[in-house]
Amino acid sequence: MNRIFDSLTLTVNGTSVALPVAPGRRLSEVLREDLGLRGTKVGCDAGDCGACTVLIDGAPVCACLTPVAQAAGRAVTTIEGLDMATLQQAFLRHGAAQCGICTPGMLIAAKALLSRVETPTRAEVEEALGGVLCRCTGYSKIIEAILDVATPGGPPPAPAAGHAVGARVERLDGGPKVCGTEIYGADHVPDGALLVRAVRAPDAPMTFSLGDIKAWCAAQAGEVQVFTADDVPGENRFGVLPAFADQPVLADTHVRMRGEAVALVAGVASVIDALDLAEFPVTWHASSESLVHASRADNLLVKGRVARGDLAAGFAAATHLAEGEVSTPYIEHAYIEPEAGVAWLEGDQLVIQACTQAPIMDRDDTARVLGLSPEGVRIIPAAAGGGFGAKLDLTVQPLIGLVTLKTGCPARMVLSRADSMATSTKRHPSKMRARIGADAQGRVTAMEFDGEFNTGAYASWGPTVAGRVPVHASGPFLVPAYLASASARHSFSPISGAFRGFGVPQATILQEVLYDDLAEKTGIDRLAFRRLNALQDGQATVCGQVLQGVGITACLEALQEPWQAALRRAEESNAKGGVMRHGVGIASCWYGCGNTGLANPSTIRLGLTAAGRVSLHQGATDIGQGANTVIPQICADALGLPLAAFDLVGPDTALTPDCGKTSASRQTYVTGKAAWLAGQALRAQILSLSNMGADARLSLTGQTLVVSDGAGERRIDLAALTPGAHGYALMAEETYDPPTTPLDADGQGAPYAVYGYGAQIAEVAVDSVLGTVKVTRITAAHDLGRVINPLLAEGQVEGGVAQGLGLALMEEYIPGRTENLHDYLIPTTGDMPRIDTIFVEVPDPEGPMGAKGLGEHVLIPTAPAILNAIRHATGARITDLPALPHRVLAAIRKARG
Amino acid sequence: MSPYHRPTSLQEALGLLAHPGLSIAAGCTDLFPATGARALRGSVLDITAIAGLRGVTVEGDEFRIGATTTWADILRADLAPGFDMLKQAAREVGSVQIQTSGTLAGNICNASPAADGVPCLLALEAEVEIAALGGTRRVPLAEFITGVRQTALCPGEMVTAILIPRSQTGGESRFLKLGARAYLVISIAMVAARLEIENGHIRAAALAVGACSAVARRLPRQEAALIGARADAGLIERVEAALITPDLAPIDDIRADATYRAEAAVELIRRAVDDLVTRDAEAAA
Repeated sequence: MNRIFDSLTLTVNGTSVALPVAPGRRLSEVLREDLGLRGTKVGCDAGDCGACTVLIDGAPVCACLTPVAQAAGRAVTTIEGLDMATLQQAFLRHGAAQCGICTPGMLIAAKALLSRVETPTRAEVEEALGGVLCRCTGYSKIIEAILDVATPGGPPPAPAAGHAVGARVERLDGGPKVCGTEIYGADHVPDGALLVRAVRAPDAPMTFSLGDIKAWCAAQAGEVQVFTADDVPGENRFGVLPAFADQPVLADTHVRMRGEAVALVAGVASVIDALDLAEFPVTWHASSESLVHASRADNLLVKGRVARGDLAAGFAAATHLAEGEVSTPYIEHAYIEPEAGVAWLEGDQLVIQACTQAPIMDRDDTARVLGLSPEGVRIIPAAAGGGFGAKLDLTVQPLIGLVTLKTGCPARMVLSRADSMATSTKRHPSKMRARIGADAQGRVTAMEFDGEFNTGAYASWGPTVAGRVPVHASGPFLVPAYLASASARHSFSPISGAFRGFGVPQATILQEVLYDDLAEKTGIDRLAFRRLNALQDGQATVCGQVLQGVGITACLEALQEPWQAALRRAEESNAKGGVMRHGVGIASCWYGCGNTGLANPSTIRLGLTAAGRVSLHQGATDIGQGANTVIPQICADALGLPLAAFDLVGPDTALTPDCGKTSASRQTYVTGKAAWLAGQALRAQILSLSNMGADARLSLTGQTLVVSDGAGERRIDLAALTPGAHGYALMAEETYDPPTTPLDADGQGAPYAVYGYGAQIAEVAVDSVLGTVKVTRITAAHDLGRVINPLLAEGQVEGGVAQGLGLALMEEYIPGRTENLHDYLIPTTGDMPRIDTIFVEVPDPEGPMGAKGLGEHVLIPTAPAILNAIRHATGARITDLPALPHRVLAAIRKARG
Repeated sequence: MSPYHRPTSLQEALGLLAHPGLSIAAGCTDLFPATGARALRGSVLDITAIAGLRGVTVEGDEFRIGATTTWADILRADLAPGFDMLKQAAREVGSVQIQTSGTLAGNICNASPAADGVPCLLALEAEVEIAALGGTRRVPLAEFITGVRQTALCPGEMVTAILIPRSQTGGESRFLKLGARAYLVISIAMVAARLEIENGHIRAAALAVGACSAVARRLPRQEAALIGARADAGLIERVEAALITPDLAPIDDIRADATYRAEAAVELIRRAVDDLVTRDAEAAA
């Protein structure tokens, strides 16, 4: 009768465990918190992401949807018990893990499939993985890895000294990602850690008053501590751009956005988990205010502007004019790891280990909020389970830091998916209009662009978006007369911040759609139209910056044959008739790497140890994009020692110099250049010490550094050298800051020292009766200047294409309505097309070994290429994104008149 | 801690259910997403350990799908082509992980307008077997789901099986789901179609549409219009919006607008019907 379990026995990875546990708890919780098996990841607690996939008696389930009672007496297999080294090796060999947060779920789902079907088809793999979301890879490499599992073998031979750059090196930090041992924000739990949750605003704008907190605490099942704005010891205000910092850590009297935190509760996990925060004593009062920040009239945060040439004359010279408007919605980053972290004290120093893209910025802002000196805070970035821009802003750091400071206890916080989506930054919703003129020969004569960007409740990166958009809205084309403006305007809604491209993906949609109009009006092939107008070396951008190493023409040339082939394929398919209409679209991109006209230095420290190892102090956070691999590759070749001799240190603000933030596609270029300079500097020291020429070869044999050239060799006993300040036998530290100039009132100047370029062809099949769109192929040509690591670079392209496809076809964040991953849709395995990547190398005079950035570029052309392809297929013009089936169908009908 | 019951016999479960306030749990694929909590909240009756509730069996002139039968169980079951639509739906419910845990009975009890199983079960004339301490009763599925997230289940009752008359499993069937992405997607619209063909003509037709009304609906007018017609490529000319849309009441939401839904439903019916008759013709040729 009424059996109420007090102990359950289950077999986990072959070992029988008896647990005193509540039977209704999620299996994912029991695995992670009771058994310490934190390789099983939790992304949504709703079965929407599959990160927590485990096997029960061999069948895949979401551990978050499984009450532990149902696992009783059965065999549970987690990533820690996965016995498929060949599969894990295949994942590394193919670059299938980027940030790695979905990797355990992917591996377990693959294991379930491979146990049933030894050699599955691609379609079978897609279906088996359809329930595991990945936001980084675009799935291609994951699917390829599984299809290639039968090929035995570990990594390819390590590249020899001097040959690291250009090699398909497996990611150096990949091992823990495929074994489930990587430590993400939610994975380190010191003994005695308090759990922290936030009481959040149900709506905005609102004012509030707190009630009898003591009485509420006393009524709970265990001890609960509460912290409010009154407890914040420093300045209760933060923001990524110090001049615009405007966001309270905890609101004090009123809230500007739904989800804003007004109080923290902390205590032992079992007590805090069980709290019903809806009962927290706070009274909300609706507010009718319309100004989000009193000091910002018209809610205008920043208006960016670029003006060049005589606009009126430019349009007067135009034979053809294209005009249009496009609007895009909020886009959610939808990384699979919700924000999480843990804080503790080491002596007087507050240590915070949380997922982040910007450790030094976290340190400085957290210290200010908490009334500490920057040295009083140490940031150890946890592995970031995806970032894409939103983890540049502070999230849990000041909250857990506050609790630790106040209690002396370690404190951890893991946002729920709903809280993560409600409170994290988003891609700016945009409303843009533009007109572009071209002369009779098809040369662009003038362009005017104006964009309104909803920047939400707080500044975040709004000023950056307003600044970047006018600089980039021309595309990589010669535009002699130009006027572009972009306004970042506040609203009482989610904060728009940084998201892969900072507004440029939105602006490019409009520019590229209008370029198709102009190509049509001038009767020029669409690719040829872009080639005709492509910016050339020695020509000035809309900012008046004369560029070298411009790669857009090379990208378009590389697409010439694929373009013709794609057009033929579409024509042949359409000739067969039927409801499916096939189309081809093209779009371009350019993107400046690094901060816009502002300093953004990186510093790399490199040391040779007495034991004969190279320590690379690498402070650039690797959020999956590959900095932990690419930076060492560059450094190794600059130094002339093999990659295998390198050990990575950091990132950790106590151990690594500042490499700035992982954003703006700057790490390969800026930190890479610092790494190149540091490698060269250390090499110069070695050559000087050994009195050898520039062409000498270096090698390490134990603690002996051997320097040789055709004439002879010198041997340096590293253990015999007097260690320097950081304990190294030899050490170099170099800083690189891109040479840029600030923009003047007309946006003229040299905002970036390096730009990257690209163009993509999209092929689509549109169901002309249902309005559904299937992207069948993307051919992506990107100019990287120098490809440091083709394997990882392909992964960037494929992942960027996936995000661009989502932007075009399905993604739309609606506050309060799509705060989960079943109403907010991102692409699954079955939505991704074949992706053909072509790398072009037009060396940049400034970049390390000619390299340019890539991370953001790759997603910019995808959405406009898809929209242009839909139009080519059906005539449908989509002006409100995303192109959901009902919108496509309506647009098809409109086009047919 | 709230009690969590996991009885092994139906009688025990029904005894527990006589006390009010229990949530019935099986696959938990709807219960857990509904709570942000670390554990199921409130008092729970977990029916997954009850012997004899899981699996598809034939009893007399009907098929019995036990209440804890999962989508994956349906996929593995050896069933006639009349059930193909149910298998096709099973492959499109959520993901493989959801299919492993989620149950058909849970799908109907959750009573979402977008429940993928309901149109198929309607097209199989399913009945719902409901048990309580006082005895069992049977309710046609169309009457069991009474509204959005509402069923005819009374306090003290639980669903023990979905029953399908063998007479309604003839012919071939097709399920079509329309969503904005490939997997893990909530339907914009979906249809189930089952046609019995005799001597080249439609002998019986069962059509149903989901996600276009509060509760999925059969299409009696459209079905009648097909019966007796030649089962060939010309059949789709008999599919008419005027015979379908009066039975629907689609809404505008984030996934699509109402007009689109209604049109899509008609088109999906057309395609499902066409697929069934032209596939047959191809097979015969």
